[in-house]
Amino acid sequence: MLSYILRRLGLSAAITVLAVALLFLIIHMIPGDPVSTILGPKASPELRAALEARMGLDRPLPVQIGLFFMNMLRGDLGLDVFSNRPVTQIVLGQVPYTLVLILVSILWSAVLGIALGCYSAVNRNSLGDRLTGVLSVSVIAVPAFVVSLYSLLIFAVKLQWFPAIGAGAPADWGDQLHHLVLPSLAIGLSWVGYIARLVRASMLEVMGEGHIRTARAFGLPERQITYGYALRLAILPTVTVIGVGMGFLLSAAVFTEIVFSRPGLGKLVIDSITTRNYPVVMGSVLVSTLIFVASTTLADIVNAILDPRIRAGK
Amino acid sequence: MTDITLPKPRSELGEIFHHLIRDPLGLAGLIIVTLIVASALFAPWIAPYDPIALNIPDRLQSPNPAHLMGSDQLGRDTFSRVIWGGRVALQVALPTIAGAIAVGLILGMIAGYGPKWLDSLIVLFFDTVRSFPTVMFALAVVALVGPSLNTVILVIMVTSIPTYGRVVRTLTQSLKEAEFITAEKSLGASTARIMGIHIVPNVLGPLAVLAAMDIPTVVGLEAGLSFLGMGVKPPTPSWGSLLNDGYNLIRNTPWLIVAGGIPLILTTLGFTFLGEALRDVVDPKLRGKGGK
Amino acid sequence: MAVLDIRDLSVSYATPRGALKALRDVTMKVPEGKITGIVGESGCGKSTLISAIIRLMAPNAKVGSGEVRFKGEDLLSRSEAEMRALRGTEISMVFQDPMQTHNPVLTVGRQMIDIQYRDKLSKADKRKRATEMLALVGIPDPQARLNQYPFEFSGGMRQRIAIAMALMAKPSLLIADEPTTALDATLEVQIIKRLRELQDEIGCSILFISHHLGVIAELCDEVVVMYAGEVVESGTVRDVFHNPAHPYTRALLECDPGHIKVRTRNLPTIPGNIPDLVSLPTGCIFADRCDVRYDACGARPVMATASSGHQAACHLIAEKEPA
Repeated sequence: MLSYILRRLGLSAAITVLAVALLFLIIHMIPGDPVSTILGPKASPELRAALEARMGLDRPLPVQIGLFFMNMLRGDLGLDVFSNRPVTQIVLGQVPYTLVLILVSILWSAVLGIALGCYSAVNRNSLGDRLTGVLSVSVIAVPAFVVSLYSLLIFAVKLQWFPAIGAGAPADWGDQLHHLVLPSLAIGLSWVGYIARLVRASMLEVMGEGHIRTARAFGLPERQITYGYALRLAILPTVTVIGVGMGFLLSAAVFTEIVFSRPGLGKLVIDSITTRNYPVVMGSVLVSTLIFVASTTLADIVNAILDPRIRAGK
Repeated sequence: MTDITLPKPRSELGEIFHHLIRDPLGLAGLIIVTLIVASALFAPWIAPYDPIALNIPDRLQSPNPAHLMGSDQLGRDTFSRVIWGGRVALQVALPTIAGAIAVGLILGMIAGYGPKWLDSLIVLFFDTVRSFPTVMFALAVVALVGPSLNTVILVIMVTSIPTYGRVVRTLTQSLKEAEFITAEKSLGASTARIMGIHIVPNVLGPLAVLAAMDIPTVVGLEAGLSFLGMGVKPPTPSWGSLLNDGYNLIRNTPWLIVAGGIPLILTTLGFTFLGEALRDVVDPKLRGKGGK
Repeated sequence: MAVLDIRDLSVSYATPRGALKALRDVTMKVPEGKITGIVGESGCGKSTLISAIIRLMAPNAKVGSGEVRFKGEDLLSRSEAEMRALRGTEISMVFQDPMQTHNPVLTVGRQMIDIQYRDKLSKADKRKRATEMLALVGIPDPQARLNQYPFEFSGGMRQRIAIAMALMAKPSLLIADEPTTALDATLEVQIIKRLRELQDEIGCSILFISHHLGVIAELCDEVVVMYAGEVVESGTVRDVFHNPAHPYTRALLECDPGHIKVRTRNLPTIPGNIPDLVSLPTGCIFADRCDVRYDACGARPVMATASSGHQAACHLIAEKEPA
């Protein structure tokens, strides 16, 4: 187990290094440069040179990448152009909002999706199964920001059941939860359909396997067979999908945060782009990449815990 | 000499079409997609008004016979903007997906067929690209080069390459071991011949399914970026910018959001249904699993 | 008295082409304390028969008629809950593919403890019993191996575990569906030997399904020969194998590699194919492939007695039958 985790962490570290380097290179290859982004096109050459020197952009590219990594390892992502506060501090201050939103969204949608998937698999070809199937397909690809806008329009503006703006008062848990309902509905909705279909398909596959027949031949209660034996296996692909899905969740969170004016990484990025605060944009992108890599790693480790065969490398 | 029967190339379009229209979901998907594509193609004839012409006296109208879906804050006809918006959506989606498929196909075949070290390298590249959350990555690029249609296309294309590349790689690997290809190889067929004649036709089906399923994602991304003001620039009519207008005017009129969201949802449903039905045809082993 | 007494059992599957009549009027017995073998080619209805006995049938299967009497009581009229109470306690099963028999993500111990869910024992006691059973089927270091997962065992070991699980509740009837087919020959011999010993010890009856004649001859007391969903011959192993009454049994014996005395280049096979079970021929089911077919074969034969306790469904036997 330990060796598996170590190997997996090694791979994640490699991917992180590569991703950061690639991001750095892409940024350098595309037209447009941070200095004009920050200063605007009409800045004087002296001002440009000064900022370039401050950001280390006058050094050779490999040196820049090296320095960038060194600083990153120290947790230094540069300074905010306006406030001169460390970018790390600014970005990390927003991470909890986004993470809470994402986790709540995936939690409710996973619970509902797994339940629906099990129901569909057990009552295969029933009316409920067909209905779940069509609904699932229908919600899967509806963009989260469209759901955000519609739910904002219906439940916040028209019906006024839920607040339209913000994340709630800092100390008031109930208020925060109240503010989470619509955004997490918007992000989670498509996941319900996705997970339901995934669980249904893998449940049906598992239910057809020999060991389920064995369990039945020993007279195990059908409930235990479904939830203890079949779901235990059928859940494995879902774990992976949720881990990989963190990328989509982060993207969906950007839109949802904007629509509901919630603090978070997405709101930070958009605000920083608007104000040409380039270091903060890069810092946010970097941190969200790290979150994504961490979540896929975590999913693989959870899978290894749930599946002894992966642990043994079989 | 044994008879080598090749798996039938699934390019019999008539056959596929026949299967599609017998599947209610597939039929629905086909109809919706046809409608969307047709309205995008014939936008100049369908749209009753110029989508960018200002008409201040008619601003912020609710749906009425003159403006079927109402009008926006500048008096532009929403229905016309929705129809023209479809053009923009497809203008982004098609080149993006075509590009991603082309690059993914080449990289995937090289990874699946080539030496192990190249395979590892390409897979590592896929994993790396996949580790950027698409929207965040797109925003970083937009932050530098400024919002434009081409930026959106390029960014979504790059981040979609791994999706196709991985599938092609897996298929190529399994096809490589297939009997008919081993037989071809023993007869001295060149790598290019094997790729062109056997691998490409056999991966096209799954790729088509993937592409159909991917179109809603790409259309949604374009609309999303435009909604954030990071995609197509105004006054170009895009479903995303329509929604942005609607968002800003949400307390004045609900119609902009309703009108901007519906084509997105329809596109999503249409292509997803089509993709699902197509998958059942292309990959029959997934269909009607079980019985005995 | 027979533990299992099947009378005129017919089972069909609903297929797009129509009803596939997989079993037709199957009548057979499993005497108490004996090992009864069922032998036949694939597709002869062996698997359908056992799934009908424990009532774990495919959703499209339908029992047309007949009785499956277990200890005198018809299983087909039992409720699903009553059936479930029987499975794993009174009747248990060992399946063909040991690699598929166990849940891959649960330890062997957990699975062996789970199936004792009906017993009001402490977990430690259940574990102890599982350990004992593993030792009994010849798994070394059973205590430690309970904590291992199925993939950590070889195929032969897994089949031993399956047998241990099946015998744990000391069932009256053990149904073994080709339990050694997936194993190599030496393992097969070991497992057959152990099964025989365990049967002596526990005193249960065994219904042993195989297409391997040598195994049946080695292990079984009685044998039932099935062909295309019908019982064509039944009797003691001695009678059936040494004095086959049905042409199909004779053909089967001739094709068995263990039976062939003269070295030949090609293994003999029975010419022809199993008839289409959706549209059945009217007469004898084997007539098409039979080398001694004659006029009477246009009508369906009934079971006729060849000698005491030895029956075959062939007109030739019926003619010879002492009236």
